[in-house]
Amino acid sequence: MTAGPGAGLSDLSSAPLPGLLEQDHVRGPDGAPLVIVYADFECPYCAAAEVKLKGAQLRIAFRHFPVRSSHPRAWPAACAAEAAALQGGFWEMHDLLFADQGRLEDPHLWARARTLGLDLERFDADRRSPAVMARVRGDFESGVRGGVVTTPTLVANGALRTGEVDVHSLEEFGARGG
Amino acid sequence: MSAPSADGPIPAGAPAPEFTLLREDGTEFTRADLEGNTTVLVFYPFAFSPVCTDQIGLYEEVLGDYLPKRGATMYGVSCDARWSQTAFREKLGVSIPQLSDFEPKGAACRAFGVYHPGGFPQRALVIVGPDAVVAWSYQAPSPADLPGANLIFDGLDAVAAGSAKA
Repeated sequence: MTAGPGAGLSDLSSAPLPGLLEQDHVRGPDGAPLVIVYADFECPYCAAAEVKLKGAQLRIAFRHFPVRSSHPRAWPAACAAEAAALQGGFWEMHDLLFADQGRLEDPHLWARARTLGLDLERFDADRRSPAVMARVRGDFESGVRGGVVTTPTLVANGALRTGEVDVHSLEEFGARGG
Repeated sequence: MSAPSADGPIPAGAPAPEFTLLREDGTEFTRADLEGNTTVLVFYPFAFSPVCTDQIGLYEEVLGDYLPKRGATMYGVSCDARWSQTAFREKLGVSIPQLSDFEPKGAACRAFGVYHPGGFPQRALVIVGPDAVVAWSYQAPSPADLPGANLIFDGLDAVAAGSAKA
């Protein structure tokens, strides 16, 4: 089965990128500047960006932006992260996915779920569920509508940034309050 | 017929110019092929250049699932030879059909007002309505800037609004 958009597609005309949403996955020190990251688990530039962001004094919100033609396993990986999230393990799965982008086939996803002690049967059902696909698709659609064209795209105070991640500048930017 | 401006893409309201492009199979694609369909022409500078790769991959992601709902057909247009375009499309793993403006080089791009002085198409989007009149057009500020897929849908909204008025 190929994970991907199905019924219930939204329009994709321009709309402002949403600010922090209740459903967003967020980590980082309280009070640190917020950066929203649109990324794809199979994208090597995203993995490089994540390494830099992880040690930064930033609060990171992660949104999915999987593009199948470049990265055929991006959708299944995104759905795996959301399925893990339903068992409280989003960031753990996020880190395990980025840590080994060469292994994103189904057995590799199951192995990660086992490593995290997830209920494997539930994980496998959830990652193929319409609700999880809709969750991933929702992030993708919000990105497209807001003008995201490539990964990783970082959003700090409403401004989109692509290219090499400059953590210092992001921290400074946040510290100035934009 | 409005002459395309030298410094921008053919504007909305102008009839599509006469032109001849080659499909990947070597058959001709002309103005007559625009009639009866909403057509999204994606002009891009070069096959295999990294920015085009991101752009076409993203458009592919929205093409299969979202674009047919809007009754539109998308084509990629460049001055590359059709064999190169097919190789590019296959490398990207995308289905967007390609149209070649190889010989006389850039003639169709010039007709649409999107020929870059450097000898390649500007990064531009042109949406032509079923009446073969340009409904919407956009040119990126520079060939390095990627037009988001949202712009295509803004353009299609403009097309829909235009036909609702007509």
